[in-house]
Amino acid sequence: MAASDEFGTLTRAFSGLGVDENALISILGKWHPEQRQLFRKGSRDFFIEDERQFERWDDRHVLQLRHEFLRLKDAIVLWTMHPWERDARLLKESLYKGPQYNVLIEIACTRSPEELLGARRAYHSLFDHSIEEDVAFHVHTAEKKLLVALLSAYRYEGTKVNDEIAKLEAQTVWNAIREGGTGNRKELLEDEEIIRILSTRSKLHLKAIYKHYKELITGNNSLDEELDGEPRIKETVQCLCTPQAYFSQVLDESLKYNVDEISKESVSRVIVTRADVDMKQIKEAYHTKYGLHLSKKIEDVANGNYKDFLLTLLARGDH
Amino acid sequence: MATLICPDHPSPVADAEALRKAFQGWGTDEKAIISILGHRNPIQRKLIRQAYEGLYEEDLVKRLESELSGDFEKAIYRWILDPEDRDVVLLNVAIKKTPIPDYRFLVALVSIYRYKGEEINPRLANSEADILHSAIKEKAFNHDEVVRIISTRSKAQVLATLNHYKDSHGSSITKFLRDDPSSDYLIALRTTIRCLTDHQKYYEKVIRHALNGPGTDEESLTRVVVTRAEKDLKDIKNIFHKRNSVPLDHAVAKDTSGDYKAFLLTLLGNQD
Repeated sequence: MAASDEFGTLTRAFSGLGVDENALISILGKWHPEQRQLFRKGSRDFFIEDERQFERWDDRHVLQLRHEFLRLKDAIVLWTMHPWERDARLLKESLYKGPQYNVLIEIACTRSPEELLGARRAYHSLFDHSIEEDVAFHVHTAEKKLLVALLSAYRYEGTKVNDEIAKLEAQTVWNAIREGGTGNRKELLEDEEIIRILSTRSKLHLKAIYKHYKELITGNNSLDEELDGEPRIKETVQCLCTPQAYFSQVLDESLKYNVDEISKESVSRVIVTRADVDMKQIKEAYHTKYGLHLSKKIEDVANGNYKDFLLTLLARGDH
Repeated sequence: MATLICPDHPSPVADAEALRKAFQGWGTDEKAIISILGHRNPIQRKLIRQAYEGLYEEDLVKRLESELSGDFEKAIYRWILDPEDRDVVLLNVAIKKTPIPDYRFLVALVSIYRYKGEEINPRLANSEADILHSAIKEKAFNHDEVVRIISTRSKAQVLATLNHYKDSHGSSITKFLRDDPSSDYLIALRTTIRCLTDHQKYYEKVIRHALNGPGTDEESLTRVVVTRAEKDLKDIKNIFHKRNSVPLDHAVAKDTSGDYKAFLLTLLGNQD
């Protein structure tokens, strides 16, 4: 490999998600001190010129490297866990790091009733509190009521839907959005009817509301398209009504080089938690929406063993 | 302690056959039904249902519903169901009967999966008792914080908080929740607190009100007897006796009649 190729490969090995262990071993392992110095001098991304005439690792990048080396380990541990423990730990982390409302909503809304109840049980065992009391206590923003309601749901899973009520509730939702539009939009998050409908109705019923909203009411926009000003409610609707499209969107936003760590963590979370559920549909949704295969995107952005692990999980549904 | 008296190893098949015999011929042999079902615990009752279904290809519950009537039928129906199914039926009946103006509190009570541990955080109990006090002072009884504390905290933690409240303000919190006698929400809140704090005392009160005054509230009487016979009806009986100077069995016998009375007394631990 030519020197410039090796530079490129090594830079690539240190960028993106995970690290390219083989490249690091085969290139760095054989380089003489002069070659390594050339690399340091040439890598503005990773090294900075110290005032005392040496090239220093950029601290931020060293920290980032730590995340990248650990990415496989975290994904493996998450994958091996019981789904209940997994969701309970994800809930805890997203409550205390942020809070990351989108993750709380994602878990509350995309799991089956039994899975969510299981996660709540595991939360008791792990953290000696209920997730409900922790969210109610630690969230002080307008999201609180919706989050507690979504997390304490045990939705009907059967096929019966009262279509007349679904139509009525589509109207109710429309009214609430219109009213919110004139005044303080933030109030939509605390609207009693919105919370009631989104947190108690069965998923089939909500899909009926989604359908009626588009057909009867706006004739054009779907419900989530109307909710651009309300990201939390939009996420809730998407997770409940069109989860695979939602997940494909999360993946697309996170499979990038220059996103923050929290976004990067979404990749492992989504792939590990959905690999055995609906990964096939997520791949199809991704292809439809973005015109390329999810596996190709992962090839482009992820490295080494971490990349191989993700691709293996992705391929599980293919047989 | 339970009041239910049941044998150790009854034969579900023999019981099913005896019940079948009770349905045959003219009328129904209610005494036989009471003497069998009134002396079986939930597992035994479930085995009888399975045996009956196996032998006669009929649902015992449906048969009982058609053979019996009135308060006796309602009581037997609630008794024969599995405890979870029973609670579901009771909830459904209650929801249909009562208009619910402010549903959020009730939804929170039935949805929240409370932590079951016994640990208490005394500092938290203190601060949350203060929050409750502030809300009550401003008459903001359905303030979000009141709902949060009462509906999300573990039972042990809520009790610690309420004890703190009592210690700080002289009386139990329910004394301060009597502002508006017609407020359904305050009734619900007081009932919740009573059930959490001392549910046996609460049940005694329900039975006392059911038996007092003109007429009898059979719905409530049946509900308490049927749901507590296997649990702590004996303790409730003791409380009733202390509070009313008359044994519960006598009060029930005075206010009810026929097969309904006989069934209740059997569940209350009377031996024929």
